[in-house]
Order: sequence, then C-alpha cells, then structure tokens
Amino acid sequence: MKTLKIEELSKNFGSTEVLRKINLEIDEGNFLVLLGPSGCGKSTLLNIIAGLETINEGNVFIDDYNVSKVEPKDRNIAMVFQSYALYPSMNVRENMIFGLKQAKTSKEKIEEQLEKVSKFLQVDQLLERKPSQLSGGQRQRVAIGRALVREPRIFLFDEPLSNLDAKLRVEMRREIKKLHQQLKTTVVYVTHDQTEAMSLGTRIAIMNHGVIQQNDTPENIYNKPSNTFVADFIGSPSMNLIKGTLKETSGEISFTASGSNIEIPIKDYEFKNKSNLNNKEVFFGIRPEHIYFKKSNESDFEINLRADLSEYIGHEQIMTFDYSNQEILAKFPSTIKIQLAKQTKLFFDLTQTSLFDAQTEERI
Amino acid sequence: MQDSLKSSSYQQLEQKSKYTNMFLRWFLYFILILFASYFIFPLYVMVVTSLKTMEEIRQGTLLSWPSGLNLDSWAVAWGGRGYGAGDTFLRPYFWNSIKMVVPAVFFSTFIGAMTGYVLTKWRFKGDQWVFLFLLFGCFIPFQAILLPMARTLGVLGISNSVVGLVLVHTVYGIPFTTLFFRNYYVSVPTELVKAARIDGAGFFKIFFKILLPISAPIIVVTVIWQFTQIWNDFLFGSTFSFGEAAPIQVALNNMVLSSTSVKEYNVDMASAIIAGIPTLIVYVLAGKYFIRGLTSGAVKG
Repeated sequence: MKTLKIEELSKNFGSTEVLRKINLEIDEGNFLVLLGPSGCGKSTLLNIIAGLETINEGNVFIDDYNVSKVEPKDRNIAMVFQSYALYPSMNVRENMIFGLKQAKTSKEKIEEQLEKVSKFLQVDQLLERKPSQLSGGQRQRVAIGRALVREPRIFLFDEPLSNLDAKLRVEMRREIKKLHQQLKTTVVYVTHDQTEAMSLGTRIAIMNHGVIQQNDTPENIYNKPSNTFVADFIGSPSMNLIKGTLKETSGEISFTASGSNIEIPIKDYEFKNKSNLNNKEVFFGIRPEHIYFKKSNESDFEINLRADLSEYIGHEQIMTFDYSNQEILAKFPSTIKIQLAKQTKLFFDLTQTSLFDAQTEERI
Repeated sequence: MQDSLKSSSYQQLEQKSKYTNMFLRWFLYFILILFASYFIFPLYVMVVTSLKTMEEIRQGTLLSWPSGLNLDSWAVAWGGRGYGAGDTFLRPYFWNSIKMVVPAVFFSTFIGAMTGYVLTKWRFKGDQWVFLFLLFGCFIPFQAILLPMARTLGVLGISNSVVGLVLVHTVYGIPFTTLFFRNYYVSVPTELVKAARIDGAGFFKIFFKILLPISAPIIVVTVIWQFTQIWNDFLFGSTFSFGEAAPIQVALNNMVLSSTSVKEYNVDMASAIIAGIPTLIVYVLAGKYFIRGLTSGAVKG
C-alpha cells in the first residue's frame, strides 16, 4: 500500500500546461521534497494533493483510495503554508483547535491533543497570544502545531521556511528534520532551496516545466543526475558540463573536449547503454568540488589548465579555469595559493563524473 | 586671522537663515489660519444666527455676537410651535432618516463584504467582468436611474415608504461597498482561505470566522461613506417619498422654502445644523476606531 500515489496527472490553467503526466509514489514515513525553479508547477502539484486545485486528467490516491474528487477536509491531510496563514483574529489555542472543532471532535480529545502538541512544540506558554504577538519562528511552530493536532496521514509543506531570516531558517530546518525523525510521518515538502531539499528529503523529485525530471534519493540526485537540468540545478556552483566527443578504440572509451587533444579515459563509468558510443557528442560533467589540487585517488586524471579568475568566499575559493575555451569552475580551500594566468596542474576525480548525450541532454 | 573671518561670516549666515526660517514659519501659520477661518466662517454664522432672536438678526450684522444663549429656535426646529396644520418640524423626519439609514448602511455594507469576499477568494470564470460592471455602477449618475427605479418601486408596492428608500440606497451603495471590500480582501493572503478549507470550514464559516473579524478598518470606512451618502441624500428622498415618509433632508428643504410669511433665519440655521449633526457624530466616533484599526495592522498576522 502506498501512502500517496499520483497517476498520470495533468493540469492546465486555460491554455497553459502546468503539469504534464505526473507519476509519483510515496511510501509510509517518507519525506518527499518537490524541488524546482519558480513556475515549475511544484506548488500546484501540492495544492492538487491537498485538494485545493482541481485536476484535468489523472488521479490522486491516498492509502489506495481515490481522493481526486474528495474535499480537502476529508483527505486526512494537513498543510503548512509559506505565510503561516494563522487566523489573525484567533489566539494560538483557537488557531490550533479550529480544525478539530470543525470536525466535531469531543472536548476531551481536543484538550488532550492540544496539550500534547503544544508541549511537544514548546508553544504551551503562548496559547493565549494572538499571531501578531509572535515572532517568525513561533508563528512557524504554531502553524506546524495546527497541522499536528489533526494527526493527518500526510503533511504538506509549502515553502514553510521562505519567510524566515537566514539564521532562523537553518534552525527551523533542523527542527522539521527532528520532527520527522520522531514522528515518522509521511511528508510532501515544496521548496526552491536545494540545501533544504538535500538536508530534509529522503527522496527528492526535481521538477521543471511541469515534468518530473528525476525522482530519487538525495545521494543519487547529487551523484547521478539523470539529465543536464538536474546536474545544473543541484550544487553550487553547479556542475561543469564540458562539450566534446566520445571515442571508442578496442573497448577503451575516452572523452575529448571540443578543440582539445587531451583524451580523458572513461573507465569505471556505469553506462546505461554501451552501444554506439564512438563519436557520440556528449557533455562531460564534473562538479567543482571533484577537481583537486593534489592527487588523492589512483584514478585521478592529471590535467594542466590556465587559471583565469579567483573568487574568495572565506572558507573556500572558487577558481575559473580555461579548458580549450570552455570555462571550468573548481572549488578549493582558501589556503591554497594559485597564480592567475598561469598553467596549473589539476586532478579530475574520474569516479565522480557524469556523461550526458549532447542532443537529448539525458544521462548515458 | 582667516579663521576668525570665516567664523564671523558663518555667524552672519546662521543669523540670516534663522530670520528666513522664522519668516517662512509665520507666513505658513498666516496662510493656514486664513484658510481655516474661511472654512469655519459659515459654521460660525450658522451657530451664531441660530442663537439669536429675530429682533437681533434684523438689527445686528451677520458676525455680531448673540445677546445670550437663546435655544428657542432650536426647540422650534426640532419640535415645532405646537399649533396644528402647516407646522413643519424635524423630529418625525429625523426618525425617518434613522429608520432609513441604519438598515440601508447595514445591508449595503454586508452585501458589499460578501461580494468582495467572493470576487477575491472564490474566483470564478468571468469574475473580472462582474467586478467591471459593478465598478460601472459607481459612475452611473443618480438622475439616470430615477425613472426605472420609480417604476420598480411601484411594481414592488413600496414607493413613498422608508422601505423603498432603504432598497434604493442599498442597491445604489453596493458598487461602492464592493469596491472597498474587494480592494481590502485582495491584500488578505489567500492562504488563509486555503488553510481554513483544509481545516474543514465552508464558504460562510470562512467569511464569518476568518475574514469578517479582521475587516474592522474597512467596515468603518464603508460605514462612514455609506452613512454620509445616505443621510445627506436629497435627490432619492425627494423623488421617491413625500409627506410623512420623507427623510430629514427633504423635510429641511420643505421647512426652509415653504415658510409662509417671514423668513425665520434662526430656525432655518438650527434646522440645518440638526440635519448635519449625525454625520458629524459618525465621523468623530468612527474616525477614532478607523485610525485604531489601521495602526493595529493585524491582517498579516
């Protein structure tokens, strides 16, 4: 039984297609993050799961029950919003029990739930306050509390940390993580912040233009991006994509960047399909953090590149190199001194590379 | 040597700027007082005249001070002289106006809040057209709807009655009140409505429990606007009612224009002030709440 299953879901606003044939499954207790740039349809998808938006095609199942036409309140879900959406005229207590009261829960049960949750989230001292008298973090906590008291099957979070300042955001992120570890509930979480997605999710679905680009564990998203969009979207600075061709000579495969004659051997790479590799136009992907200043593995590939630009950002520096007229970014500890406009010896970690078809932009 | 020269010239400049500032300040006060007196002057004349006897009015000037606190003309304006036919006084019409203005303000405000809520939080296809047509209603001149409205009231059988006037003012007020509430609710985050829907609240519950409690500032604005409009209305009142059903502005007109022999300026002035007092009271009382509602800023939560 899947806690949440989305089947061939499509949605358009007038002639604009927002979601196209989305398929998604979440097991009990998982933390799924919907990640993508603004306008990719992730919030619409969340609203559809909540029942706040109608569906054009496809179905949504919660616990194998088709809820596509079920009212939001009957879906056994709870939602936390970006603007917290606390009812301004009610105090914290009334805010938290509003849903239970609508559901005609018994007074004893309401009190019990309220006490449990408010203690758990440490808002039990704030029960008589109005939302306007709370700090950002407290409001966020009350909003989560309002979702918790209902003991839903699925929690929906719509960019809940975007309104907080940088420091508080990191704190609340850890609290949400702790919360999930303790309660083991199923969560769908929408964000455009990749750090949030990486640190919180047990699975991440990366979306662009209404299509899921990759739905995988954070490790696979980072190490094995399934196309150039994912490769480019995750990581800061993002992955270097070097244009070039593959060459196959007697079973040995190598990569040559366009305009260069250096052959990089491709050895322990897991190809999806090993046929027709010779002369294939590809992007050779390597992350800035996988380019080293000192040789660290036996398989590291040595290469001399000209340093063009240095960006100092405290604990590290981002260097820009020239690789036959393509820009390559690398990340080093700021203690290393590199002279600009000079050839520098670098090492590519060949265990950490990705290859993409230049035409389809898919991983090969 | 040069330093001292410099400092003395600075002192001169300082003096000069002090005088300029002082002059500008006095000039500013002068202008303000001038305009203030210009606006207060008619009220002064009205109050002073209403306190004089006819004898004093004939002998003195417009500006002269009354001999004493003589409230006779106020009593006549409010309660009449006590002889039968032809004695027009404001009391019954004042209550007519109250009976008209209270329900009309209530219904138009309530309906405006409801339509504003629907137009912003329950968007539907073509809702911007509905809003556009409602806006159009703000710009239709009063005179244009007199005939159709008279016919409607006739068909409904409520012409020449307070109920009819309530209906006219409610209908005519809806475009304005809708405009106010729509613009206010647009700034209320729609996520509030979404949260309430997930919590299981329906259309009316969301309106009464979530939105209406945070609408105090705009309710006050709307009430002030509608009260002033309806209380001060003369055209609808004089067209759709006569005799005993007339509102106070119509009665005031009848009283002032139809006096038989001598023009009693003191009674006229007292009547005019009485007819104007309720709007003043609304401004004074509600204005305070208006500012309080604005400064508490509880909408964003």
